[in-house]
Formats: sequence, structure tokens, C-alpha cells
Amino acid sequence: MHLGNYLGLLDNSEKQITKAFAQVSRHHKDEPDIEQMCQKLSAWSREHRGKLVPYLQRYSTQQSTEPARLKHELFSAARSGSLGLIRDLHDLWLLTQEVQLSWAVIQQAALALRDEELKATCAFCSARTKRQTDWLLGRIKQAAPQALVVAD
Amino acid sequence: MSETRNAIQDIWGPRTPYHGTWPLRENERVTATPDHWVQSACVLCSNGCGLDIGVKDGRIVGVRGRAEDRINHGRLGPKGLHGWEANHSSDRLTKPLIRRNGQLEEVSWEEAMRLIVERSQELIRQHTASAIGFYTSGQLFIEEYYTLGVLGKAGLGTPHMDGNTRLCTATAGAALKISFGTDGQPGSYNDLNTTEAVLLVGHNMASQQTVLWTRILDRLAGPNPPQLVVIDPRRTYTAEKATVHLAPRAGTNLAVLNGLINLLIEADQIDHEFIKAHTVGFAELRQTVEKWTPERVEHLTGVPADKLLAAARILGNSKTLVSTALQGVYQSMQATAAAVQINNIHLIRGLIGTPGNAILQMNGQPTSQNTRECGADGDLPGFRNWDNPDHMEELARLWNVHPDKIPHWAPPTHAMQIWRYCETGSIKLLWIQATNPAVSMPELARIRRILQQKDLLVVVQDAFLTETAKLADVVLPTAIWGEKTGTFTNTDRTVHISYQAINPPGEARADFDIFLDYARRMDFRDKDGQPLIKWSTPEEAFEAWKACSKGRPCDYSGLSYEKLTGGSGIQWPCNEQHPDGAEHLYTDHQFNTHADYCETYGYDLVTGAEKQPEEYKANDPKGKAIILAADYEPPHEEPDAEYPLWFTTGRVVYHFHTRTKTGRARALQEAAPEGFVQLSAEDAARHGIADGDLVTVESRRGKVTEPARIGDIEPGLVFIPFHYGYWDHDEHDKRAANELTLTEWDPISKQPHFKYAAVRIRKA
Ligand code: SF4
Repeated sequence: MHLGNYLGLLDNSEKQITKAFAQVSRHHKDEPDIEQMCQKLSAWSREHRGKLVPYLQRYSTQQSTEPARLKHELFSAARSGSLGLIRDLHDLWLLTQEVQLSWAVIQQAALALRDEELKATCAFCSARTKRQTDWLLGRIKQAAPQALVVAD
Repeated sequence: MSETRNAIQDIWGPRTPYHGTWPLRENERVTATPDHWVQSACVLCSNGCGLDIGVKDGRIVGVRGRAEDRINHGRLGPKGLHGWEANHSSDRLTKPLIRRNGQLEEVSWEEAMRLIVERSQELIRQHTASAIGFYTSGQLFIEEYYTLGVLGKAGLGTPHMDGNTRLCTATAGAALKISFGTDGQPGSYNDLNTTEAVLLVGHNMASQQTVLWTRILDRLAGPNPPQLVVIDPRRTYTAEKATVHLAPRAGTNLAVLNGLINLLIEADQIDHEFIKAHTVGFAELRQTVEKWTPERVEHLTGVPADKLLAAARILGNSKTLVSTALQGVYQSMQATAAAVQINNIHLIRGLIGTPGNAILQMNGQPTSQNTRECGADGDLPGFRNWDNPDHMEELARLWNVHPDKIPHWAPPTHAMQIWRYCETGSIKLLWIQATNPAVSMPELARIRRILQQKDLLVVVQDAFLTETAKLADVVLPTAIWGEKTGTFTNTDRTVHISYQAINPPGEARADFDIFLDYARRMDFRDKDGQPLIKWSTPEEAFEAWKACSKGRPCDYSGLSYEKLTGGSGIQWPCNEQHPDGAEHLYTDHQFNTHADYCETYGYDLVTGAEKQPEEYKANDPKGKAIILAADYEPPHEEPDAEYPLWFTTGRVVYHFHTRTKTGRARALQEAAPEGFVQLSAEDAARHGIADGDLVTVESRRGKVTEPARIGDIEPGLVFIPFHYGYWDHDEHDKRAANELTLTEWDPISKQPHFKYAAVRIRKA
């Protein structure tokens, strides 16, 4: 069974997105809404990781041997300027997709295992991940015309 | 000189207990006997009291309340009785100014307009119209806003149009849209005549709308007085009259409101049938509020549990309820979420759309309702939905332009973002009208810096050389109230006409004429090559606006200048169905939430993300009201070791905004000549401060020094009125409250958070 591996992958993705939101928050603190919302959304992802802990323990014995392959760097460093902001939000949006898909995969496993608790966790976290995605998309749409067409 | 009372000393006038009709009380103040009177209404707050302007020899010599007006029945407050003096102030602007070699120099209109037009055209060529932004006001007339809306949206096609209404009523609009589908106050001031209870949240009505407050005072003096619940951290004039006064810590409104709703649900003082038949979302509300027990609320907010229970008992036992909210809600943490909870109280109790029941999500300024309605701010004209292609088509047809001309690719840019784009340099022309951001915006040092940025052309349209105008590159002198004709709408949807009574001074022009001149010079055309703006008089503009509003909630189609002349103001909707206006919206409990009619597809109450159309349509509420709820979140800046006190801002009874007018009315100015730092006796003692001592208040963003006023405030909180700036005060001696405030805003309404910051104090 590979559920443990996938939980590890998800945990890693939530860790990266937690970090990335925090980085973007710090880096773009001149955009007050970005600073505050990214802080909040980072906290959400951190909370998701917390919720994963019991399942990582529950299913850890079943980890297969090659988790490293399932890890990859998704976000390196924040950029500057109005275009940089869009690219950062763009990357964050992609990261939420990675997370969202992982939750969907885990949810399928939870269904097959009849693990009610894990199912509820998946429902909660994937709904919140969607809210992260929605906010990112809205903010990108707002910023894009000005950054791409008008800004020097 | 004659006056019916000294309104400076006797702010609300003598009591005339309410027994079912409003006894006549015609307040008047004139400095000479007028040779004629001209119909108007007061523009010094959102109440919109009907008045006549007294004119003698081409000058305003006084005002009198209009006895026949439904808003004030002849009554006027101190600002209304005195504010008109500003019209004749000797420092009115009379000629356009252009900055040359660092100095503002008088020029002709031709020169000033040519400069603006040439720069506009050059920017459009190089960067598109998105390099141009407008920051308008809550002080202009319908005709002016609508003209501005059309020229900006369909002429230039810039998404960057907003106003100082973002600082004042954006949350009112957002909350109404979220709960009921569109903007529009469900009730009327007349509901105060019969209601059993009034809930005032963050709304110091006694100081802000003094005449509206007299309704409550007269009810309190009559039979069956209503019970008052007041939520305000300070012991204001309003709070003094409360049956129950809750004084929560800064930034905790939502926790208090969640606590109140929890108690209503627990006591089962809710209307199950109404909830089932006319709302969606109740289960989520219940789940959100259930943990807010009185003990928990007390712990977080400092509101004693027994007081919360007493307040909930009033709200739960009254068969009718009027609730009002203002800046204490709108300019604080979780503004929209808290304002929506006030709507929810009415929805779960089924108290809406019937006499005695009203939600007044108050406006601050006299005409800010119209900024929202006419499309001069971040909303589309007629409460249309920018995300609904049919609504955009409607506008495009009406204006005879291609739909893509009208920016609708994202929500219109809100004011805080407009300023940010100026700061980062992508907006290169900022056109400010009838507002004074150099005193009224948060974090003033930043605003001053932006206004002086080298590559930003700042145009200021004003009647006075305000703190903002002093930093402008072009200043256009304007006619003000009494010097031009137009209409405007107060908080309870009452439309008034205000006629020109006198000529403006010197070369000053109406904002309306300035907009028309710009549109003509820019040669804005429709699809058929005809001039885009087809009107040249205010009355023609009003007719155009009527056509735009027809069929929308704010339907003006049944109104006309003629109908508005002679009698009382009239409420919208005014159309075939409601020829004399309507006191209540939603009398059949059908709300404006249908997917094809609503103004918004909704928001995430926490992140502010806009919901997608498909999502909304999949669960079309089809006329049911929407109950949304959010949990409490702590403010982003809280007192700490370095800055140990809470800071908040507010108003005094004698002034309006940055005192541009009230500071030039002698008696108002003398009644409140300077700002102050209000602090508790405990905090004063700790710092060795006595009443009247100069106190320096410092935040992470700046510091100000003002005299101390001790008492009537919770320990740990410091208050400074926001009216005082520098036009009559040394600008190096900082005193404006907004030197200290934060640059941040509500995620949904985008209204800035003026009501909390962390500060430290010391004796100066
Ligand atoms: S209550 Fe408002 S509108 Fe009425 S007189 Fe006073 S300032 Fe003017």
C-alpha cells in the first residue's frame, strides 16, 4: 500500500505552500492585502499539516521505500515588482493545484479504506484549498491588466 | 441676525414628545432677512434634511428647515444651521491653478483644461486609459456622478474609478449586496417612529446625524419609548441614552455580534418559518456562532456576560427592531462580516420589510448613496453586476458603445489599490474631486509622498485650497452646494433636489460643467460617431440617469425635477408601481438575489474572493436572502510592549470630515476649534497627564500632539477626532489622527481600518 507515501507527498506539498505563502507575504509586504491574506492562507496550510499528523502515523508502516521521488521543489524565491507579484501568485496558484489533487487522491484511498475520519479531513482541507485557489485567481485577475499592459 | 435656537449650545433642540405625528418645528437661522428662499437639502451628513436657502442680494444669508420634508419635518442641527457660511468664505478658490517651478500659479480655464486633456491623450497613447484614475467624493450630485461614470467607463474606459466613499460607505454597500443580492436600504427612517427597539452598532448617531437622533429623543420622551442597545467603545452622547451600552475592545465587533446571535438562537427567539421560506445558510450561521457563549465573549471583548444577555433579551423580545451601523463597524476589523451579522439578526428574527423594522447600513456623506448608485465608484450604475454579461450589454446599449469599451475584466479598482498603483507608478494621472485625502486617508505621510510623486499628475477639483489641493499639479475651482442645481439621495433612499441659489465666486465652475468640458475636449464618441454624453444641463443628465436606473432596484424613472420641487423629498424606487416611492423594500420577502438580477455573485467572507458565476447559478437563491457568517479573527496590529495602547478615531458633533466647510463656519469652528486626545483617568494618571496637557501619541507610522481630554472612554484606549488637519494649522506641528492609522483594508468592502492601531503616549 502506498497511502503512506502519498500522505508524505501531501505533507511535503502543504509544507512548501505554507512556506511559499509566508515568503510571498514577507516579500510583498508593500501590498498590504497580499501581506495579510498570504499570512492567513499560510496558517491554513500549516493547520492542514497538523491535521495530517495522525494519518501519517496511522499509515506510516505502509510506506514504500522511495518517497524521495515524490518530492520536488515547487517554489524557490519570491520576485519583485508588479509582474513579479503576478508570477508569485501564479506559482502559488499552481501549488494549490498540486495540494488539491493530492487531497483528491487521498480522499479516494480514504473511501476505499472506509476511513471516515480521514474522509472528513479531506473534505475540510480540500474545501479550504479551493478557497486559497479562488482568492489567488481573483487577485491575479485584478492585478494582471495593470501589470501586463500599463506598468513600465 | 435671528435664529430659532442656539444650536451650538442646544444641539438637538427642545423635546417634542412623539405621539404619532411630528409636531411642526421649523428651525431657522438667518443673518439678514432674505428676499427669497430657494429649495435645497443639507449636505453636511447623510441624513439629508430638507431646507430652504435664504438669499439676499445674491448672497446666502441663512437657512430654514422644510416643514413638509419627510426626513426632518423642519428640524435642523448645528451643522445645517451654520455650515452654509462657508460658501462666502474669503478664501474660496476663484481661478484655476497650475504648478510651475514648484508654485501654484493662476491660469485660465483654457490653459488648465488643455493641460489635463493633452496629458490624458498622451497617456492613453502610451499606456491605455488604465494609466488614469479618478478619486471622487460623497459630496457631488447624481447628475455629476452619472456624467463622471459614463465618461470614465465608456469614454476613457478606465477601470480605476472610486471615491472617498470607499472610506465611508463601501461596507454598507457590500453588506447589503451580500445579504439581499443588491445594495439598497430595506427600511426607512419612519420605522423609528414605531419600533420597539433600536440597535446602534459603532454608530454615534447623536453626533453624526443630529436630526435623526432627535427622532429617537422624541420617542424616548413620548409614550412607549423604544429600548436602545448601543455598541461603542466610548461613552458617546448616543451611549448615554442607551438601555444597555456594550463597550467592546477595539476590533472585536464580530465576537460581540456572534455572541448576541448565539443567544437569540439558544433562546429560540428566531422565526423558523421565515428562515425556512426566505433564507439560505442558517445552519452555517448557527455553527459559526455557537461557540460564542457570553463567557467567551466577555473574555475576549471585555463586555460583561450579563450585559450581553440583557442586550440579547431586548433584541429577542422586541416585536420590531431598527438596527443601524456606521464607521465603528465599517472601519474596523472584519467590517463586512460584522455588518452582515447585523443583517442576519433581522433575517433570523424575520424582522424586515414591515413597518417598524429597518436595517440602516448608514452612509457617512450626504451623497455617497449616489456615488454607489451612479457608477462613479467601484460599482456599476444601477447596481448592475460587472460579472454578468447581460448587465454589461444593457449598459453598452444604453450608452451606444461596444460592450468591451466598458472595463469589466475584473472588479473595478478600489480606492486603496488606486493609490497603490499611483505609488508604484502605473497610474500617472490622478483626478481628485471634492475630497481631501491628505487628511482623510490612512497613514498620511505615505499619502503626502504619493501626491508629490514626480511622474504623477495630480488634478484636484475643489472649492478651497485644501491640504490635498496644496500638493496638486492642477487645481480646478468649483461651485458648491447652493451654487449649482442637482439631486441627491440620503441614507433612507430619499431623493432631494437642491437648486442653485447664488452664483459661484469668480471663475469657479460646477463639477458637472467641468466633466462636460473634459468630455467635449476629449471628443468621446459613441458607436455611431455621436457625442457620447448627450446632455448639457443637470435636468437632462437626470433624465439620462432615470433611463439607466429603470428596472433596477434604485428605480428613479417615476421622479422628475418637477415632482421633486415644492414638497418633500421622495424615496426610490419611484416608478409605475410605486409612484410616490416606497418606505420598504422586500415587503413580500422576495429579495434581489436572483442570478440574473443580483449585483454580485457573492464573496468568501474571510478571503474576500469573488464567487464564480457558475457556482452562484448552480445554487441560485432565487429571491431568498443569503445568510453568511464568519468567525472572529484578531486584528493585524495589537498593543504590545512597545505600543501598549489601542488607538481609535471618530467625530465631534460640530464638524464634518476635514472641516473644509464646517471649519469656515464661525460658530462651528469656535465650538470645536481643535482636536484632542481622549483617554481614561487610569491611563492619564499612569503617564502623569492632567486635563488639557499636551499629549504626544505615537504609532509605527507617525506621531501627533494634542491636548488631553480625560474620561468617558475605556482604559487602554485612546481616541482622536479625525477632522483636524493643517489648512489652518502649522503643518510641522502634526495633529491629524490619520498620521497614526494603518494602511490595510477589509478583504470584501476594501474599506480601510481606521478604528484600531497600537500606540504609545507621553506627556509632551
Ligand atoms: S442632521 Fe445632517 S443633514 Fe440634518 S442638518 Fe444636521 S448635518 Fe445637516
